[in-house]
Formats: sequence, structure tokens, C-alpha cells
Amino acid sequence: MTGLRVIDCGSGTTVQDRGRFGLRRYGVSTSGTMDIDSAALANALTGNLPEMACIEFQMAGGRFVVEGGQAVMALSGPGCMLRIGGYSVPDGCSAKGEPGDVIEVGPVRGGVFAYLAAGGGFDLPGMMGSLSVHRRSGIGGRALAPGDLLPFKSPDRGKLSRSAPASAIAGPIRLVHGPQHDHFAAEALEFLSGSPFAVRPDSDRMACRLDGPPLLHKGEANIVSDGVLAGSIQVPGDGIPTILLRDCQTTGGYPKIATVISADLGRLAQVAPGGIVHFSSVTPEEAVDAARTAAKRLRERISAIRHVRTEPTTESLLGTNLVGGVTDGR
Amino acid sequence: MTLAYPRVVPCGDSAIAVEFGARVDADINQRVIALDHAVRVAALPGVVECVPTYRSLLVHLDPLIAEHGKLSLTLARLAREARAGTTRGRRWRVPVVYGGDHGADLDDLAALHGLTPEKVVEIHTGSIYRVYMIGFVPGFTYLGGLDSRLATPRRNTPRTSIPGGSVSIGGAQSAIGSVPSPSGWHLIGRTPVLCFHPGRDPVFLFEAGDEITFERVHAGRWERLAARSEAGDIIAACESE
Repeated sequence: MTGLRVIDCGSGTTVQDRGRFGLRRYGVSTSGTMDIDSAALANALTGNLPEMACIEFQMAGGRFVVEGGQAVMALSGPGCMLRIGGYSVPDGCSAKGEPGDVIEVGPVRGGVFAYLAAGGGFDLPGMMGSLSVHRRSGIGGRALAPGDLLPFKSPDRGKLSRSAPASAIAGPIRLVHGPQHDHFAAEALEFLSGSPFAVRPDSDRMACRLDGPPLLHKGEANIVSDGVLAGSIQVPGDGIPTILLRDCQTTGGYPKIATVISADLGRLAQVAPGGIVHFSSVTPEEAVDAARTAAKRLRERISAIRHVRTEPTTESLLGTNLVGGVTDGR
Repeated sequence: MTLAYPRVVPCGDSAIAVEFGARVDADINQRVIALDHAVRVAALPGVVECVPTYRSLLVHLDPLIAEHGKLSLTLARLAREARAGTTRGRRWRVPVVYGGDHGADLDDLAALHGLTPEKVVEIHTGSIYRVYMIGFVPGFTYLGGLDSRLATPRRNTPRTSIPGGSVSIGGAQSAIGSVPSPSGWHLIGRTPVLCFHPGRDPVFLFEAGDEITFERVHAGRWERLAARSEAGDIIAACESE
């Protein structure tokens, strides 16, 4: 069997695809990649569809060994490093791993999450329509551990590629007020958009917790439980805003002052503990426009990826225009 | 603040909530379930899935497809039309072993209310419950319809883990647990029925809106019922509408 064998990896290393949908009415979290764009790029660089399952790294990297046959691999994420068989793979490129090669993923230095894709994908059974792992419930399996084998599905479909560098997006994290902003004192909404917040170290795939001015309720700090989603900003009685993320539960009993827009969730997830976040409020219509703009931008980045015949090396890249270089055009 | 229910509230770009009230109430919940049904039948473009809860329906959307303005109007209309009592779920008879190792808090709960454990079981099995919502952990089934004589404030110190299938009381509600989880509710019994079984079709047994009655079974039957349940048999009798 060909595949990737785990030598060692951080405790938060899991397999994730876009997530498990349709089961939130039964209490099943969607899970799914925390930074959809990075995972999509890693996939696209190996010739995969953007939504296929990747290995997600959280802060720590990992080491693997290629077994049984070759595969095209690519890594995407802020400030991360990929080495295959001892050679560094340049940023924005995929490269081939031969049997016995060690695949080394460095720690995520510029954010929190990075994604390793294998051309042709991983051949894993999945559960209820998705390969995503939800560690709290055990749905989809567990975090990766030394000795685990991730079999390759169709490694012959892998394609060597390179992408053009893209400019990072900056600016505040955008949110839409509500659904329960009327449970809060007027200054709470002002604080939310006017103050810096620091990401707390107890943040994880389930929620991002923030230090900042407490957001005070007008009355009760509990509501009758209702539905929540990734982006919901719950505020419990202590006034500490808690932004729910991909592994969040399906219902919650705290008032939700606002909802982070879907286009900015990946960027929020990449803010490391101690990092500062600013928020700005937009209308629901602007939030929808932002989602469509972000999707278009990702499509354009993916379509700018060029498949190449030979493995890129640092030397060849130094002398090559990334976009207009030697490519097969498809 | 204006509280004209039902109200349609945007939750960012990826969901719209339709609230029918702010209380735990049978009528409010039935309207939620009726709207859930209506949205499913309407097959609105861009709707990914709906989550019915006590008092509201959360409609999850794909913002690349859904037209928010149009969808909000449609949901408002469907919500006004959603009436209690128009949809009836299935009725399940759920076997429960009460007390002893299977219901560690039965005796204390009975003493608190000045009842015998036998009387608590009699009252608990004498009601028809309604599934208000499923959440917290996969398959955890919140029930309305608890006899007010058994309403009990939650434990001061929650347990860090309760067994799967625990039948419990918390405040004015009862619940059927699914997987082991933390809980501050009082454990009065345990059912071998698995609300959630990944290897079974259906994976999840109950839906919001279903009705539940409990049937006492003796502890001696636990092993066999649990084994059948594990093997994928549905050991709760179901009467469909």
C-alpha cells in the first residue's frame, strides 16, 4: 500500500476537508478546515479539487515518511516550511516524494494553521459524508499519531505545479451585529468595533476567546438555547467574547452580540495567541458581497496556478518568472 | 426593544434565525418544527440545512447562492403561516432501567420532592414527552413535557462524565443522553436505546417534534437489550403517524 506514515506530529494534527454538513440538526458539528483558502491552495498545487481532504497542522509541524510509491505533495499556510527528502520545497510549489523520503513540515510561524495535500488525495473511510475529524466527539476519528498510515488514493493523478505569489489581506475582521445585540448595553457594541482584542491562549478549533474590554449585558447573560454557527460571537456572563469556529457545537445558551462574516473566518483563525484583532461592523448585504468577492479571489488564485513538467528547485525558480515561465499551460 | 414575533434576524452572511419567542414553551417549539418542515418542503435555493431549537429555527445558508433579502421575506411569510399542532412526529416507546447503578440520583431526587422512588418512576413514565431539540453533543435529546412535580434545579456540581443513554432531569426538562458527556442534570435511569449509532441506518433515531413515552424495564433485561442495540437493532418501538 502506498501512503504517508506519521513519524511524529503536533497533538492538533488532523485530517480535514470542507466539513460535514446536514447533521447539525442532530448535534453534529461541521468541523472542516479552519483556513479554507490555504487548504484549497495546497490541494490545487497538487492537482486536486480545492475541497479535498488535507492534513491540518495547528502551530506544530510534523514528520512523515512516504511508503510504497511516489506522490506529489504541497504545503500551504502562513510562514511554514516543507522539506522532502532533505530538500526545501519553495513556497507556492508542489514537489514529488519518493518511497522512503521523509516529509518534514515545519512549525507554522506566521499564523496557526497549515495544510499538507497529497496529489490524488487520501484514501480514508470518512464518516457520515466527510473525512473531517471532530476530536471532541470522535466523529471522523482522532488526531494523527506516530505510526498512523494515510493511504494515497490516486497518487498518479498528482500534478507538479507552482503558484504566483499573492498579497496578504489586511484590515479589521468584519462582523454583522446580532442576532442578540439587543441583549447588550450600548457601549458593548462600541467597544466591539472600537477596541483592540487579544486572542487568548485557550483558543482552539472550537472557539477563539478574546481579551479586551468586557462586553456587558443589559440583563440576563443566559438565553434559551438556540442555533449557532462558525462566526457567532457568544458572550457569557464574564463578558469575554467567544467567537465560535469550525468545531463549535450546534446550539448555545449565551447571547450572541454579533457574527463574524464567513470571508474573514480563515484570517481570524490564523491569528496566533497574543495577536491583536480589530473588528468593524458591516451590513448583512456587505457580508454577502464579501463572501462572493473572497470566493472569486480564491478561484482566480487557483486558476493562476501553472502545472509544470519538472520539479521546481530553488535554483530554477531564481531564474524563472513564476507566472510566465516554462509551463504546459494547463 | 421590539419583540414582535416571529422575527427574522440575520446571523452574518451564512445563516438567518427565525425566532418565535424567548421561552421554553410547547406552542413556540411546535411552530419552530412546523417552519422547519415548511422550509424543507419549499427547497429554497441556498439553504444548506436547518437546526430547530426550543424557540427558533436557524437556517444555514450558502452565501454564494442564497439571496438574503428574498429569503428573509420568504422565511417571514412561512413563519407567520407556521402553526402549532400542524405537524406530528413519530411516537417512540423507550425502555428505561430506573434507579440503582443506572439512575444514581433517583433516590435523592425522590427524597427532595418527598416522593418514593417508585412514585417518581410512575410519574416519569406517565407523561408524553416531545423532542424539543437535539444538540449539545451528537444525538442528545432534549424533552419537553416533564410533570411539574419532578422539576428539579440542576446539580450544584456537574458530573464530568455521565454514561451514554442516561435519562435525566434538569430544571423543567427531561433528556435522553447519547454519548458520554459532562452533565449537571439528575440521572434517574438509563436506556439501552442508542440515539446515535454511527454504524446503523438511521444513524440518529429521533427528530425534533417526535413524541416519546418511557417504559420501565427491569435491570435484568439490560444486557440483552444493550447487546441488540449495539448490534444495530432499533429497540424502541415506533408508531408512525
